[in-house]
Amino acid sequence: MSAVEDVVTEAPAVEAVPKRAMTLGLGTSLVVLVALLIVPLFVKNFIIFQLTMLLIYGLAVLALNILTGGSGQFSLGQSAFYAVGAYTSAILIEYTGMNYALTLPIAGLICFAFGFAFGQPALRLSGVYLALATFALATAMPQILKLGFFEHWTGGVQGLVVTKPDAPFGLPMSQDMWLYYFTLAITIGIYIASVNLLRSRSGRAFMAIRDNEIAASAMGVDVALYKTLAFGVSAGITGVAGGLGAIAVQFVAPDSYTILLAISLFLGMVVGGVGWLPGSFVGAAFIIFVPNIAEGISKGLSGAVFGVLLFLVIFLVPHGARQVAIVAQQLIGKLKK
Amino acid sequence: MSTMKKLAVVSTAFGLLAATSSGVLAQKKYDPGASDTEIKIGNIMPYSGPASAYGVIGKTEEAYFKKINAEGGINGRKINFISYDDAYSPPKTVEQARKLVESDEVLLIFNPLGTPPNTAIQKYLNTKKVPQLFVATGATKWNDPKTFPWTMGWQPNYQSETQIYAKYILKEKPNAKVAILYQNDDYGKDYLKGFKDGLGAKAASMIVMEESYEVSEPTIDSHIVKLKSTGADVFINITTPKFAAQAIKKNAEIGWKPLHFLNNVSASIGSVIKPAGMENAQDIISSQYLKDPTDAQWKDDAGMKAWNEFLDKYYPEANRADASVMFGYTVAQGLVHVLKACGDNLTRENVMKQAASIKDLELGGLLPGIKVNTSATDFAPISSVQLIRFKGETWERFGEILSSDAGG
Repeated sequence: MSAVEDVVTEAPAVEAVPKRAMTLGLGTSLVVLVALLIVPLFVKNFIIFQLTMLLIYGLAVLALNILTGGSGQFSLGQSAFYAVGAYTSAILIEYTGMNYALTLPIAGLICFAFGFAFGQPALRLSGVYLALATFALATAMPQILKLGFFEHWTGGVQGLVVTKPDAPFGLPMSQDMWLYYFTLAITIGIYIASVNLLRSRSGRAFMAIRDNEIAASAMGVDVALYKTLAFGVSAGITGVAGGLGAIAVQFVAPDSYTILLAISLFLGMVVGGVGWLPGSFVGAAFIIFVPNIAEGISKGLSGAVFGVLLFLVIFLVPHGARQVAIVAQQLIGKLKK
Repeated sequence: MSTMKKLAVVSTAFGLLAATSSGVLAQKKYDPGASDTEIKIGNIMPYSGPASAYGVIGKTEEAYFKKINAEGGINGRKINFISYDDAYSPPKTVEQARKLVESDEVLLIFNPLGTPPNTAIQKYLNTKKVPQLFVATGATKWNDPKTFPWTMGWQPNYQSETQIYAKYILKEKPNAKVAILYQNDDYGKDYLKGFKDGLGAKAASMIVMEESYEVSEPTIDSHIVKLKSTGADVFINITTPKFAAQAIKKNAEIGWKPLHFLNNVSASIGSVIKPAGMENAQDIISSQYLKDPTDAQWKDDAGMKAWNEFLDKYYPEANRADASVMFGYTVAQGLVHVLKACGDNLTRENVMKQAASIKDLELGGLLPGIKVNTSATDFAPISSVQLIRFKGETWERFGEILSSDAGG
């Protein structure tokens, strides 16, 4: 799989950057943060909703990025973890009347356990074989959700309708705006935690495994533990994203979490730049907005137009948004001189 | 033109405007999406993704509104039909519905397709008080005006259809052993539930096997063999067209000849019976509410002729054997009827009011005797069907028009 090799070999455009540069500089981060805080005050509720979805998908792509860009393992099964998170939140909110905010950590924990458990058998597989095993998980998930055994809880094929929360403490903002800021706060928290994770001892272990498994184990890295841990962390974050998604969309159904979602998330990661965390959100924007653009160009051929656009992106900037960011950085650097 | 003259012209114009508009404005009422010149209609269809075959419905509707506009529109207003793709994915449906309501500001959302996508937007549209009119799904729950006064179904629902079969079996073959094959999704399970409800207490003793298949399976041959082995003498076939054709063919191959009930979803001669072989499909029982364009008995029918003329002119590339084309045509006519009835009062409330007061409306695509009826408590516009039996090369209608309103 070339994407990971690329991370290892580093193409010319990326070479100048030190390996630890998986994040944005402080100045850029602040600018982005301020923009994210201000924008909702000026746009329609519908756009706020789209931005919320962007953050949510961004989180899911970020989770995949930790797994693939961090520890070098592939997954086409993220939709399964996303579904588990979404259903956990939906069921807790609708049947036990639990506060939506409290359901998220539970969704995260359940998905962490689920991912960690799935990581065990996955240890024996690598590369495309691992991708296939996770693919199986993603294909099976919608059917598992439809099983008569769980139907009492999952609502079977009819799904579950989730109540959207109002802004607390009588804050004068719409449901959409509140949910946006709520999601933004969680996103920032998880983003900072992820950056710190990758910079920590565990993160270095992930990357050592990614770069060379044998060398990593020779240095004393517990390969099995860190590989499964990466799966667990990734699944946990995806679960939180899934829970948020359920609250934002107000509905969960097996059809929402098909293999197409997993492929979209994978696509988002590649477009955003494998291993570059801020790119996750660029990738999320790509998977949300580009299909709309494609549909605007031609309704009957929207799939084909999307394909052409995707091809152009991959062909022109094979390292995704990261490459664009680096080129921009270099240009700014030259201008300053 | 001198300044004086300009002033004179302008003031006359204003005077005229004031004179004419004061009388007219009193009756004209608009909600977002409606104006003197246009009516904005939103629609969501799976143009891509697993259910993309149904995208034809959206295209037919678009073509039909083009025809209406070419003929002068509705009470002088042109229909602006905005149709988006949701790929049959509920989160995407929510996004598109919000775009239609909040960004495009449509008057109503018309005929969005699929049970999960419609469930996903039902609450939102009802809170926003935007009509979710004539949804393209046969689930039973859309007829629930008390809880969801802004949502209305269209076609006969799945449950009432199998209830009709169940009643027929109880009457004609009370000691039948019934084998059921159904698709493992909302549509299949809804049909199944209707059938069991129809049999009532006898369901447990009469049904010898319920077998399900996944829509992703390439063939259902093994399921048929399994069902035959039960020795059942009635076969309830709840499958979509591709699988229905396979089932009919396989039945003939292995020599299983039960009393065969085929759901209306697959009662198309062009896409099911012909591929399966006419000789294999003799005596199959199904039900219909639309005319089957591939059925020779409608060759000289006036409604069918009008349909063909419309397609020739506005949608020549349509596949006339596809039942979705007839579906889209008929439901679009239903909407035009409602909008015409609204007159100059194009508010969302009036749209729902007019939609809920259709009386004995006959449309060219419906079987003779089947009429559209709604009321403040009945949000199931088409609720009757007729049983049909396949004889020779065509469906023979038999018995009377049956109705069975299952509530949501």
